[in-house]
Amino acid sequence: MPDTPETPSEQDVPLRLRPPNNQLDPRAVRWWRTGFLLLFGTPCVVLLALAQFLLPARLWLLVAAGAVALAGLPFVVLLPLWWYRVHRWEITGDAVYTRTGFFWQEWRVAPMSRIQTVDTQRGPLEQFFGLATVTVTTASAKGAVTIPGLDHELAADLVRQLTETTQATPGDAT
Amino acid sequence: MSDWRALDHRTVVVTAANAAGVAVAAGLPAGIGIGGGTSPVIALAIVVPVALAGIAAAAVADEVRWRKTRYRVTAERVELHTGILVRKRRSLSRERIRSVDLTAGLLLRVFGLVNVKIGTGEQAGAGEGSLALHPVTKAEADRLRRQLLERAPAGPVAGEPENGRLATLDLSWVRFAPMSFLTPTLGVAVFGAVLQVAEWFGLQQGVITWALDVLRDLPLLAAIGVLVGIGLVVGVVGSSALFVEMWWNYRLDREPGGTLRVRRGLLTTRSISLEERRLRGVEVVEPLGNRLVGAARVDAVATGLVKQKENERTDHKTLLPSAPKAEADRVAALVLAEPVSPTESVRLRAHPLAARGRRIRWALAAAAVPVLVLLVLGVTVSAVLLHVAWISAVVLAPVAVALAVEAYRNLGHGLTGGYLVARSGAVRRGTVALQRRGIIGWTAKQSIFQRRKGLLTLTATTAAGQGAYSIYDIGESDGLAFAETAVPDLFGPFLERADNA
Repeated sequence: MPDTPETPSEQDVPLRLRPPNNQLDPRAVRWWRTGFLLLFGTPCVVLLALAQFLLPARLWLLVAAGAVALAGLPFVVLLPLWWYRVHRWEITGDAVYTRTGFFWQEWRVAPMSRIQTVDTQRGPLEQFFGLATVTVTTASAKGAVTIPGLDHELAADLVRQLTETTQATPGDAT
Repeated sequence: MSDWRALDHRTVVVTAANAAGVAVAAGLPAGIGIGGGTSPVIALAIVVPVALAGIAAAAVADEVRWRKTRYRVTAERVELHTGILVRKRRSLSRERIRSVDLTAGLLLRVFGLVNVKIGTGEQAGAGEGSLALHPVTKAEADRLRRQLLERAPAGPVAGEPENGRLATLDLSWVRFAPMSFLTPTLGVAVFGAVLQVAEWFGLQQGVITWALDVLRDLPLLAAIGVLVGIGLVVGVVGSSALFVEMWWNYRLDREPGGTLRVRRGLLTTRSISLEERRLRGVEVVEPLGNRLVGAARVDAVATGLVKQKENERTDHKTLLPSAPKAEADRVAALVLAEPVSPTESVRLRAHPLAARGRRIRWALAAAAVPVLVLLVLGVTVSAVLLHVAWISAVVLAPVAVALAVEAYRNLGHGLTGGYLVARSGAVRRGTVALQRRGIIGWTAKQSIFQRRKGLLTLTATTAAGQGAYSIYDIGESDGLAFAETAVPDLFGPFLERADNA
């Protein structure tokens, strides 16, 4: 068995995974941003409200609120932009291919012939922004491929397309 | 054959006996506790009726359960009706049944009974994909097992492996049992257990004083030595005894119809069947202690072998307990029906040197945590801790580096025949041989540190075993080429040469 399928002259140029073709829906940035805003904003508001009533502890409550706000700022402002740049997906005739993550970038590929279920989930925030998350599971407990932040109509089309393709493929997918 | 059957009625007796055991174990300390405060007569007057009521309740509950439980095997399905208040009717399609496991504890064995668990190969949650018959007679269990697992071969199969005995227990393997973390754990646990029992009898203070009195006459080092010695002896005896209980009369067979069957157990006997169609490979596992004495165990990598319950431990996937490495390789080869085990025949390729640096840095960072904590405490609380800090630094740093270098040396990946082989781990070295056709997807993962070093972690997802097996810190370009060679056309369409970006 050959070590690599390439000819020696090509071997000097390193291989890498190309980014998948499609970006997420631009609304995903706002969706992530709102999520983080709620996550950090809620304790912030609670702390500020307490600061109005608990005068002796006011200074510390304000400091705590400030700290939460400061910690949340990069998550609200920068992380959604990074995520939007990194998150990509592609569905070819043979496979579903995604790239996710920033600090830990992750490329996942699941071949059509091994796909078992195709689901969409829509949380309340996603519904508000008209988005949906598509999850493609294989027989592996750890092989699920998730595409978040898709336009919900596009997501429905994808699910239909994937279901048709996988039903046409024989085998028990293990 | 399609008539409804009941479980064995003697289950009520077994349940009552079990409840009696619990009642004695709980009632004795409780009675002594109450008796210490009042008088033995009052203690008996309280404890005995409560215990009897408990036993009676357990027996009645089991009687009702027995009355309400029915099962039958039809040509197509296995059906089970259970439930006292909420009736449950469950059925499994017979062609989806992949395992029939039998377990019998000591009490069940006295009555000739067996617990049966009929499972499918599904990755369903606990209980979803399986039916439990607790209990039936041994003869009925064997009949069910044979009836449900023996099916006509799926077609004309050429070159089928021979049936028969693949491995049996060699009692000398018990020497590998103490070479595990179980030994020190048991050793420590025994001191806790002694104190606990002493407390029940209100003697804890007395035992501690007595022990201190005995040890005070000895020099400090000798006293420590005696304690460690006692712990070690108990640990070694305990882990050996556990091994004997688990693996007594161990036999691994290949049965007609393509089933591997493990039978073992001294007090509780277990019979675990594994359909070979579910087998996607094997993992040869060598924990540090075992590796030092040249031992290894063999685990099956099979679909639908999820850990059912936390307390069941994972060892029903173990095909061979800790045994000499040569025996492990022999059994691995036999199980996979290969002339040589892929874990043995493969030429593993080493990973880039950058992976070693990463491991050394992690190990030193991990070792630095306790040292730093001790330093801070030493500065703020007591200067004695400063000495503990530098001593632990001197001890921990070389151990950490040694483990890191070992972890790097153990990294390896390769292809041999139809198998992908990946090895990793210092404390627990696992060499997994995975059928390439069993790989159903790839995941490549790269942290920003790995990106700088040109490394990535390549994970093969599979329906079997843990669901995913990783090749850590492989060179980026080599790794992607390797993934493509191992299973063509997964990552292939998405690969590019770096310069044409």
